[in-house]
Amino acid sequence: MNILAILIPVALLLGAVGLAAFIWSIRTGQYDDLDGAARRILIDDDPVDRSSD
Amino acid sequence: MVEVALNSQAHGPNRVGPVLSSDLALRAIPVGVDEHALNLLVEGVHCANCIARIERTLRARDDVTEARVNFSTRRLYVRWHGVADVARGIVDSVEALGYGAIPFDPDILASQGSAESTALLRAMGVAGFAAANVMLLSISVWAGLWSDMDATTRDFLHWLSGLIALPAIAYSGRPFFRSALAALRGGHTNMDVPISLAVILAATVSLVETIGGGVHAYFDASVTLLFFLLVGRYLDLRARAEARRSAERLLLLRATSALVETGDGSLAYVAVDDLAPGMTVRVAPGERFPVDGEILRGTTDIDASLVTGESQPQGAGGGDTVFAGTMNLNAPVAICVGRTGEDTLLAEIVRLIEDAEQGRARFVRIADRVARWYAPAVHILAAATFAGWVVFSVAGWQVALLHAVAVLIITCPCALGLAVPVVQVVASGRLLKRGILLRSGDALERLAGIDTIVFDKTGTLTAGRAVLTNGDEISQTHRRVAARLAAASQHPLSRAVQAAFGTAQPPEDAREISGCGVTGTIDGVSWRMGRRDWCGAAQLPAKGTGSELWLSRDGNPLAGIAFDDAVRPDAARTVDALLARGYQVELLSGDRTEVVNRVGEAIGINQRRGGVSPTGKVARLRELEAAGRHVLMVGDGLNDAPALAAAHASMSPASAADVSQVQADLVFQGDRLEPVAVALAVGRQANRLTKQNVALAIIYNIIAVPFAMAGFVTPLVAAVAMSSSSLLVTANALRLKRGSSDGTT
Repeated sequence: MNILAILIPVALLLGAVGLAAFIWSIRTGQYDDLDGAARRILIDDDPVDRSSD
Repeated sequence: MVEVALNSQAHGPNRVGPVLSSDLALRAIPVGVDEHALNLLVEGVHCANCIARIERTLRARDDVTEARVNFSTRRLYVRWHGVADVARGIVDSVEALGYGAIPFDPDILASQGSAESTALLRAMGVAGFAAANVMLLSISVWAGLWSDMDATTRDFLHWLSGLIALPAIAYSGRPFFRSALAALRGGHTNMDVPISLAVILAATVSLVETIGGGVHAYFDASVTLLFFLLVGRYLDLRARAEARRSAERLLLLRATSALVETGDGSLAYVAVDDLAPGMTVRVAPGERFPVDGEILRGTTDIDASLVTGESQPQGAGGGDTVFAGTMNLNAPVAICVGRTGEDTLLAEIVRLIEDAEQGRARFVRIADRVARWYAPAVHILAAATFAGWVVFSVAGWQVALLHAVAVLIITCPCALGLAVPVVQVVASGRLLKRGILLRSGDALERLAGIDTIVFDKTGTLTAGRAVLTNGDEISQTHRRVAARLAAASQHPLSRAVQAAFGTAQPPEDAREISGCGVTGTIDGVSWRMGRRDWCGAAQLPAKGTGSELWLSRDGNPLAGIAFDDAVRPDAARTVDALLARGYQVELLSGDRTEVVNRVGEAIGINQRRGGVSPTGKVARLRELEAAGRHVLMVGDGLNDAPALAAAHASMSPASAADVSQVQADLVFQGDRLEPVAVALAVGRQANRLTKQNVALAIIYNIIAVPFAMAGFVTPLVAAVAMSSSSLLVTANALRLKRGSSDGTT
């Protein structure tokens, strides 16, 4: 059962990383313009500026 | 991808005029030390290329520090170095690219509040994380029940589950707890009460079980329940935000300022709300009159179709009264502001609308109707289970509580909380793809009950603009002359001539004489095209039944050109299809009876009335309602607005008057009438799916609840049954996406 002591923290840690990434993406406004994001792929020289509106 | 192109071409001559306002500078918000920012609504953005063109052009300017187009909301955010007056230049750059740009009202912007949706999304993320991890641990426990897991390991896993689940529930459950508390404080109950009760009781009982080293813990069930319900709540919010956003987009298209002559002879832009009687306002051709007033200088033609339903332009000169909302067609005029505020024709219409709206409020959505008895039923069942086990069993109150909680979890209103919003989101997405904006949440349900459709004529069945009708009678030479003269003018009739005879080079000395027509020299001869008396044709018989233009050479009338308001290309087909599906179709118009009869016959509507006043329209709708009919009103004019508000459901074309669009449940774009049929079909289908989902949920409860009450539902069964029912109703809702069954594609 010692394996649990390693695997469970690892699983939780990975989950927490995912959650943190999700919250970060909300906070930086990445869900504000889903349709636009889909189309911006097609723009050749996407500008460096990533700030939201 | 959802695409709505609010592009200017589709609106034709009815489009609200471009923003002339210099009040742009007032809309700029100061940022930092010497920077300003402006939010603009950009019309006509519909691909990646548009985004790139606008952003690159603006960023190429030295003073612009940031430019970003939000494609979903059609909003452009620009920030620049320097004074607020630069705003004009920025808007000009965007307009030079061929896009319409209108400043966002900061008040509307502030009220948009996406904070709620962000909070919900975050709660959903936390619940999702907790649900996945607790489920992972629970599966180990369930597997352990059949194998050799010892009590210590099981307790350890339970403790771990609780450690994840309890904070997650405390955080993610807040939207439900808050709403439930508010309902209880108000002395009534709503769907959030049983939800909160189920979640909190399940967590508490599980904690007690874990402390006591029990076999069953419901942590997994309570967090998954929360997760699914949050998904539904978020979708519901998004659907409503979408409806509100399209409403705001329409409001923004209004003219907000007027060009006023000040005392010292200079000109200034003044907000329409600040206009006072006695001021002199200049109105350019193609603009709508901002207020009721009297013409001081200038002669022009006025398009009053949006206000009265009258399809022909009318001449107006000094001393004539003009109404807010009518369009100045061909010459600049100055008007003296007459009545404002409460006294205008518009205010009168608004009063009629308010009266008409009374009947609307009675409508109750299916979800609310079900929720009304669902919530009490769930409470009674759970309480009965608890009481039953306490009285008839020796197992003790803890076990009784456990079974009561199982009942609460099993009866979770997922079908209402999740599947109904999914239907709504999918349906509004499908309508958007066809150029139909859904403006109110319950419009789809109301559409489903429709059995009678009442159309307005001008601008609804017809495109609301003139089309040349007697092209065959006119000789080749005259056609060429007419086309060249027409090229020198922007009058709607000139545009109709160009549309019929092709574009040509205007004669070099061509002049437009306002209120009369166009004159010019072609091959050494002086030609005129314009009003009949100006072309010397006063004695000749009228051409056709609508507007006309005459062509004269050296003062001799040679040919009359007739125009008519063109019927939308697919109007007859759409009306046929609606009749075939069993709808009763009627035509109510403010225009003259003979015109109404002609159009009605051409399209195939037998029930028709002309010369109907706004009050008359409302009265007719009331009559139909009293006869038990559910009416869909389709109209565009100011005169239709009260009827739109009075009808069971309503639609307007995107070219409609602002007031009408605000009243309408749905707004459709483009030149075709087909969206009416599409919307009705989607509404019916969405309603069918909603009812199916509610039925599925009830059947599921009828089967599962007895088991839960009898105490056979373990945490495993509860979690599986609840998740599978959620997935089932969601999958059913998604069938709408395929939607070929409506026969309109």
